[in-house]
Amino acid sequence: MFTHFFLELRKANLPVSIKEYLLLLEAVKQGLAEYKVDDFYYLSRSALVKDERNLDKFDRVFGHVFKGLELLSELFQPDNIPEDWLRKMAELHLTEEEKADIEAMFGWEKLMEELKKRLEEQQERHQGGNKWIGTAGKSPYGAYGYNPEGVRIGQDGTRNFSAVKVWDKREFKNLDDSVELGTRNIKVALRKLRRFAREGAIEELDLPDTIRSTARQGWLDIKMVPERHNAVKVLIFFDIGGSMSPHVKICEELFSACKTEFRHLQYYYFHNCLYEYVWEDNRRRNTDPMPTWNVLHTYGCDYKVIFVGDASMSPYEIAMPGGSVEFWNEEAGEAWLRRVNDTYTHCAWLNPVPKRHWQYTPSIGMISDLFENRMFELTLGGLDAAIKELSH
Amino acid sequence: MNEQTRFTGTDSYVATEDLMVAVNASVTLQRPLLIKGEPGTGKTVLAHEVARSLDKKLIEWHIKSTTKAQQGLYEYDAVDRLRDSQLGEQRVHDIRNYIKKGKLWEAFEADTAPVLLIDEIDKADIEFPNDLLLELDRMEFHVYETQETIQAKHRPIVIITSNNEKELPDAFLRRCFFHYIRFPDNETMERIVDVHHPQLKKNLLRAALRAFYDIREIPGMKKKPSTSELLDWIKLLVVEDISPEALKSDDMKTILPPLYGALVKNEQDVHQFERLIFMARRGQN
Repeated sequence: MFTHFFLELRKANLPVSIKEYLLLLEAVKQGLAEYKVDDFYYLSRSALVKDERNLDKFDRVFGHVFKGLELLSELFQPDNIPEDWLRKMAELHLTEEEKADIEAMFGWEKLMEELKKRLEEQQERHQGGNKWIGTAGKSPYGAYGYNPEGVRIGQDGTRNFSAVKVWDKREFKNLDDSVELGTRNIKVALRKLRRFAREGAIEELDLPDTIRSTARQGWLDIKMVPERHNAVKVLIFFDIGGSMSPHVKICEELFSACKTEFRHLQYYYFHNCLYEYVWEDNRRRNTDPMPTWNVLHTYGCDYKVIFVGDASMSPYEIAMPGGSVEFWNEEAGEAWLRRVNDTYTHCAWLNPVPKRHWQYTPSIGMISDLFENRMFELTLGGLDAAIKELSH
Repeated sequence: MNEQTRFTGTDSYVATEDLMVAVNASVTLQRPLLIKGEPGTGKTVLAHEVARSLDKKLIEWHIKSTTKAQQGLYEYDAVDRLRDSQLGEQRVHDIRNYIKKGKLWEAFEADTAPVLLIDEIDKADIEFPNDLLLELDRMEFHVYETQETIQAKHRPIVIITSNNEKELPDAFLRRCFFHYIRFPDNETMERIVDVHHPQLKKNLLRAALRAFYDIREIPGMKKKPSTSELLDWIKLLVVEDISPEALKSDDMKTILPPLYGALVKNEQDVHQFERLIFMARRGQN
């Protein structure tokens, strides 16, 4: 019944499944929508969308499917609306008589110009892209007998159809952030690094052992064990600022996933390459630097070390003393990276730059060599490979 | 659908149109309803109100980070049995005496379909929702110790809330209806306040709401004040008998509103707030 709608949703990359679609049909069959468009909109939204980030996409598809609206304002920039497209649209939907009428009142040129101007105006008047031509109620086309349905721009002539406004408002616009790699996916990948171990205070009842021991002894013999913890220890260095800015989002996700997944997690920031100082809080990088030696001495060799950075810099920043863009470094970045690799057996470098671009940046190759090819792409696949490398 | 099983909000809860549709869909089709939204927009209260308005029993299951799915079904108290065996109790021979029913079991057993609230499902381990898939879908589970299958006498109305701390698995989401409680607009907010403080003077309410939305608009707020905080604040204003003049919007930009501690709770936010007001004042002089 609404197959077209369903397929359109899929096409717009909304993760709707057949199960959800059938659920919606069942709900409609039960009379939940009661033949009201508003209710149908709410019902289908509730049944098909499960993430507030997708609500805006849904609103757009809904408006598009059920009113046959073209999302003109987003398809075309105002200055390059193809004129013959407009003309064709109008010709397609107007009868000869109407065309003659319009010709008489306006002339084609004038009409097209007017139409174009309207679109431009709309573009200027708002930022959200949600106000349609004609909603202001002063469209000349209606008055002169021109059928706005024909050209299908926006919501003209729907003032007596209040329901449309609900999805046309697109209230969920700012929730749509088009994240592909959610924190859930990252967390599931990170789970593989979990190492459960019983250490620390003995505080949990060991039931099988107690039962076994009680049965053997003939009296109650309580056995206790330490609680199971995720014992893996992780040290993360984040490259921050400069060329990393485009990758901030994915790094934030990785960071928040790590933070909840590991009990023993330490993180530091660096810029471009590792030198003698790192810092814990990026806002206080100039006042509270932490000597890298201290980091190496504080965290034992059982820590697993992950570097996150694009490794894209001038080769001098790695190879030469004084190569840092920020301050005079006594020793080359290379020496520091080598030191880290010598201290910790489990190291990996995660790079948000896609792997196919690595060959164009020499510094990526240099760092990858320093890490004995343990550089991985910051994608789910790469993360999986890195975790495998870290966990053996 | 008859009128009795239709949820339309209550005298103490203002439900928007879309929320009503979602609730009624989940009640009619007997599917769980997943509620998300900013903290303090009334997610948990919704379950209470649904139970009250449909005149059903409410069973609450609050989830913590250590909660396991199994605890909602049942727990086998082996230690109790072990102790009884030491004391030579007769009841030790029946394992059924040591099975403690969980919230889900309780809901399945009820004589009339209850409302089951699973509160803050995102607090639990990442696999928690997956472990409940079958139980919530078929409304039955198997008790391994006694080899019996517990089936719901009446499918309970399941309301699940989430604060978005963890994302939920797709398989779980597919089985639910979903509703995102949007932050109420001015008009809805007036109705909400009216429900909670009916005797409030109109002009005080206006002034308070304007001040409230002004504060929410402050850029860079870490934690925006929510509906429940507004209600608390208004309660304080009434108790302290603050006049509406003290909340006038024009002064708002230059002086701190009275009792703002009820609205702004993050230290950084208070700081930011005071700084903005200081700057505005300086600009005025």
